[in-house]
Amino acid sequence: MAQTVLHKAATRGFADHGWLKSHHTFSFANYYNPERINFGALRVLNDDSVDGGRGFGEHPHDNMEIISIPLEGDLEHRDSMDNVAVIKNGDIQVMSAGTGIYHSEYNKAANSQVKFLQIWVFPNKRNVEPRYDQLTLQAEDRHNKLQQVLSPNPDDAGVWIHQDAWFNLGEFDKGITTEYKMHKPGQGVYVFVLKGDVNVNNVLLNTRDGLGIWDTDQFSITAETDAEFLLMEVPMEF
Amino acid sequence: MMKKCEILVVCRHPDILATVVRLINNNPEWHATGCQSDDEAVKAFMLTKHNVVLIGAGVEAESEAKLREEFIALNPKVKVVQHFGGGSGLLSAEIYGALQK
Repeated sequence: MAQTVLHKAATRGFADHGWLKSHHTFSFANYYNPERINFGALRVLNDDSVDGGRGFGEHPHDNMEIISIPLEGDLEHRDSMDNVAVIKNGDIQVMSAGTGIYHSEYNKAANSQVKFLQIWVFPNKRNVEPRYDQLTLQAEDRHNKLQQVLSPNPDDAGVWIHQDAWFNLGEFDKGITTEYKMHKPGQGVYVFVLKGDVNVNNVLLNTRDGLGIWDTDQFSITAETDAEFLLMEVPMEF
Repeated sequence: MMKKCEILVVCRHPDILATVVRLINNNPEWHATGCQSDDEAVKAFMLTKHNVVLIGAGVEAESEAKLREEFIALNPKVKVVQHFGGGSGLLSAEIYGALQK
């Protein structure tokens, strides 16, 4: 029988650094909750807002698959592999930090916030060669259907990471239902609602709620209102 | 004065090592020693009774296995954990988690 864990939006950790406001689904930086460390290989789900003209100065990372999904505004990315790029709403960015990478992310707009999801997944291999990639997604490809935006396979749709993870975005009209099938045994899916109300196996989720579901081969998702959501399938043991 | 929690960080990447050591030392209850090589790490471990060892970027699987074996032989109570992320994001949770084991 499917097991679930529900994280209501208001129960997430919160950090207000003035220029940065961040809601943490899982323990991060100064937010520590031993009951909320990870969901399988999914370790970080931060819902960040960065003030105009501000951002994350150059800082290092290692051994983590880091995915950013901008929801509003544009972020300028620079890294130690000489990548300079702007990611905007509709894009997805991925970094394999591996043996070590430096990067900065800035909101170039002077007066408007940038909002984005920062997601960290444990890699299935330590000390890989660092890499960076980004992709522009087509919004129409997720209207009333699931759009794969990440997988473990370089030749598959979306970006890829060093982990048996598959991410899908959906933008469903009210009343639309779909079934999600796990790619492999031992996997779980963390559903994060970006906007609207979604019913997952008879659990109602509202905006920014999260639900982890595992010990099942498949589950149903129904949009109770017009809704946008992200599904993150990851190994539960890794 | 309360004894600080002693944390040994082993990491091949000098800048990440410096960052992690600095972040740990920002916590007044923790004290970090950073080492890039296995030899340095073993020497440091023999000089100080470390509570936690963090294995960071670039430490090969073979080195990690040897270090774990050596550290646990010297101090069976030490917690040896892998560090992920290379910055402040996961550091506190990794250390708190190790101390609660």
